[in-house]
Amino acid sequence: MDDRERLEAEVSYYDPTRQPASPSRRHFLKTAGASGLAVAAAPALSSVSYAGSPDDPDTQTDAPPAEGKQRITLVVNGQRQQLDVAPNVILLDALRHGLQLTGTKKGCDHGQCGACTILVNGTSINSCLSLAVTHDGDEITTVEGLEKDGQQHPLQQAFLKHDAYQCGYCTAGQMMSALAVLQDDDIGTRDADVREAMSGNICRCGAYKNIVAAIQSARSAVKGGKA
Amino acid sequence: MRTLTDLSRPPAGPETTDRHTAPAEPRQAPTHDSATLHVTGRARYLDDQPAPVDALHVAVGLSPTARGRLTQLNLDAVRRAPGVVDVITVVDIPGKTDVGPVFPGDPLLADAEVRYVGQPLFAVAATDFKAARRAVALAEVEIDAQPAQLDAVAAAEAEEWVRPPHVQQSGNWQQALAGAAHVLEAEQFVGGQEHFYLEGQACLALPNEDDGVIVHTSSQHPSEVQKLIAEVLGVAFHAVTVEVRRMGGGFGGKETQAAPWACLAALLARRTGRAVRMRLPRGDDMRATGKRHPFHNRYRLGFDAQGVLTGGDITVIGDCGHSPDLSEAIVDRAMFHADNAYSLGDARVTGIPARTHNPSNTAFRGFGGPQGMMIVERAMDDIARHLGEDPLTIRKRNLYRPGRDVTHYGQHVEQTALLHEIVSRLETDSDYWARRDAIRTYNASSPVLKKGLALTPVKFGISFTAKHLNQAGALLHIYTDGSVMINHGGTEMGQGLHTKVGQVVARELGLDNSAVRISATRTDKVPNTSPTAASSGADLNGMAARNAAMQVRERLFDFAAEHYQFDREAIRLENGDLVVGHGENEHRIAWGELIQAAYLGRVSLSATGFYATPLIHYDRTTGQGRPFYYYAHGAAVSEVIVDTLSGEYRVTRVDILHDVGDSLNPAIDTGQVEGGFIQGMGWLTSEELKWDATGRLLSDGPATYKIPTIGDTPPDFCVSLLEGHPNSQASLYRSKAVGEPPFMLAISVWSALRDALSSLADYRVRPALDTPATPERVLFAAQDLRRVPETKTPAETPR
Repeated sequence: MDDRERLEAEVSYYDPTRQPASPSRRHFLKTAGASGLAVAAAPALSSVSYAGSPDDPDTQTDAPPAEGKQRITLVVNGQRQQLDVAPNVILLDALRHGLQLTGTKKGCDHGQCGACTILVNGTSINSCLSLAVTHDGDEITTVEGLEKDGQQHPLQQAFLKHDAYQCGYCTAGQMMSALAVLQDDDIGTRDADVREAMSGNICRCGAYKNIVAAIQSARSAVKGGKA
Repeated sequence: MRTLTDLSRPPAGPETTDRHTAPAEPRQAPTHDSATLHVTGRARYLDDQPAPVDALHVAVGLSPTARGRLTQLNLDAVRRAPGVVDVITVVDIPGKTDVGPVFPGDPLLADAEVRYVGQPLFAVAATDFKAARRAVALAEVEIDAQPAQLDAVAAAEAEEWVRPPHVQQSGNWQQALAGAAHVLEAEQFVGGQEHFYLEGQACLALPNEDDGVIVHTSSQHPSEVQKLIAEVLGVAFHAVTVEVRRMGGGFGGKETQAAPWACLAALLARRTGRAVRMRLPRGDDMRATGKRHPFHNRYRLGFDAQGVLTGGDITVIGDCGHSPDLSEAIVDRAMFHADNAYSLGDARVTGIPARTHNPSNTAFRGFGGPQGMMIVERAMDDIARHLGEDPLTIRKRNLYRPGRDVTHYGQHVEQTALLHEIVSRLETDSDYWARRDAIRTYNASSPVLKKGLALTPVKFGISFTAKHLNQAGALLHIYTDGSVMINHGGTEMGQGLHTKVGQVVARELGLDNSAVRISATRTDKVPNTSPTAASSGADLNGMAARNAAMQVRERLFDFAAEHYQFDREAIRLENGDLVVGHGENEHRIAWGELIQAAYLGRVSLSATGFYATPLIHYDRTTGQGRPFYYYAHGAAVSEVIVDTLSGEYRVTRVDILHDVGDSLNPAIDTGQVEGGFIQGMGWLTSEELKWDATGRLLSDGPATYKIPTIGDTPPDFCVSLLEGHPNSQASLYRSKAVGEPPFMLAISVWSALRDALSSLADYRVRPALDTPATPERVLFAAQDLRRVPETKTPAETPR
């Protein structure tokens, strides 16, 4: 892509009367809608600037992977997604930049704050520490996958009810860790057990008391199979 | 418009609106304005925002040296690197090169002089972030290194200041010391604190069609970002629009220090004509931005046989880093709080803003106040040990009271009775004395594990000490479907400000909260705003929003009186209706109907609101005045258990009673108290900033910098808001500010640790315990105490 092409892309971006459907636009603009994901409220012109970056994933499926990239399939929130990724792309960036799933946050980028926690085959991991190519075929759940059929997950309801956030930046990671904690029978049910198990998720605002309350209040609904 | 909307249809609300999908369960107070967005992951932070696909990404070249002259900056290889579109140094800045917020001293990019490790030298814009970072590594940088000043005390002694020292004085402090029955003195080091806002510094700059930019930034002070960008670009302010929707945490770290990055992004956007995204990697963020000021404090205080202060001398030295930034006001605030809740008697308080070769330390929740309070809280404990009294007894005797109710800077403390009530209620509710006895008994029979208990009060002054910042604006629109849009100068960083301001408007117009929406903070809606800081967000912006709502309400009343022939004096707005009369004579006009009638009647349905805090003044030449509109109060009791052979400890129980006047939103306020306490506890216990001898930050990530986790939350943590005590000043519905004051409740944890340590020497010794009181420091303190001969009590300072 040379600068002239980029310029044209920019012109089309700024023209609100143009329909976002031409093949050349699709090449540049990777809308959440086009990838078929259930991302709510993605505007028609949603395009993240990462899409043109050589290091970031391609979601095109009609051509062989570009040089230096590998094709992987991820089952993300129940949807099969094909991605061409460079071997050094981390899973977090593949989700955020490749699939526009920006609900999962990058806090420290060093696996120490927990903001990027997601579930991989039911296990919680720091997605900033994991290479996307190692997850070919894996089932991934992010915060966007918690809602089912327009119904909030019991954990989402519990976090709402207990005001278990302030700035909200850690919330997705907290909920994903909490889901793994509640589903792990080896972790006890006391507040102290929850605090110990959730210690990998920093909330800088210090909403911890409400987070414990939210997790404990969601326990029966999550364990009861409603999740 | 030609036709008006049909009001009988259900209200249209896009998916992203929270209030329509809020849980059906009735709540005492409205929930956070972004609640649903937060739990669904749909709340957009800076880095989640869409941008044009050709947006560039920025990486910044940072100085590896604390002090020196930049002798070579060869960026040829950087310019040639793949993906690089533009590279800038200081010579490429068309306008002002200094982005100091109050005083000059903060070069946007280094010129010849390098003054701290992490100082930006150049910036690279490339097609993707990795390309930009790889290119930065190709720079050839040569710096002729010079000895760096990294010791704030040495800097203070050498008169290396970022601003001149300041003195506040009441009465004859020398005479007070000379005549005192007892005199003690001590020094302490109070460590700094990394903000670690979970969303790092980030912005997105979009060039507009003429000579300006639209900048989305994660900043507490959009108006200042606008000003600095305009100055850097050399354009008028009206060419620059700055927008802040929300921050993933701010805590003061985005009051001034979000601006330089926005200036760089804006400049690169103008130069390239392309959108520019910028986000500091966490390590760079921690190295390149300022932190809470470390302070070196000293006291020399006299007191009577009862332990009541008669006067003395306190010095606070702030490590300001390389430039003034906000340090003058921060050291001032440390001085304003060197008394905390106690009358110092005849005292002199001196503040010294020392210059070191560190990043410029900056605002952080409490703004110097916490560091200042630490010295007098140390003195309270020390006096108690010296006289063999319980520290709570000494604290209570020293609380401001009638006759001893004027601060060392001349402000009258109005709510002295409230201060005493909070302390005595918490003393009772937390069962302080029974627990004190139990702990004494426990410690007597436990040679290694020692428990400690402490109750500390907080009295925190509310207002910006820079008087002109105590103003706010708001912009209110009512649309012809009856929906209300309020915009104000404050920014949302998780503190629930937007929720509170929305509540204010809904209350003034008699509407449900869901009828009022707040849009992103934007400089083209409300101009010349103050930072969202000093706990003032709701106080100031809530009042401005109220003012706007009241103006429109009066217009609607005028209109209704004429249009419906109502008695103007009997009209009110409640439950979504305009109401006049009572009982059988009651008439109701539905809100939407009223608004449409008013529109057709050509009534303006938009207003700007304004507020300026009354009464406040401070004269820096005399160090006297009334800098604060009012004080917010609180108190906390903390209990700890310490392993005196390892230094490890746990906070086992915390009880808090906090004064927010008539709370605007108890759920939000309680969250602020809890969160403030946790953050304060981290500051005083585990959060240790470490630099090497060359001025390089070693604790540059959460693996080495220990932020409290959920496991550090006290298992028994009881927070109550004081009820039935409205603000004595005419603040917003008699509420009180809540952002900063609870932070200092955590001093009780530090004091409890000293209490536990004191038990090693029969509560007769004053242990030195600098902060953060890490297990290492606690262990060293314990070892020192074990060396104290049992028969010898420490001598007083010779006079």
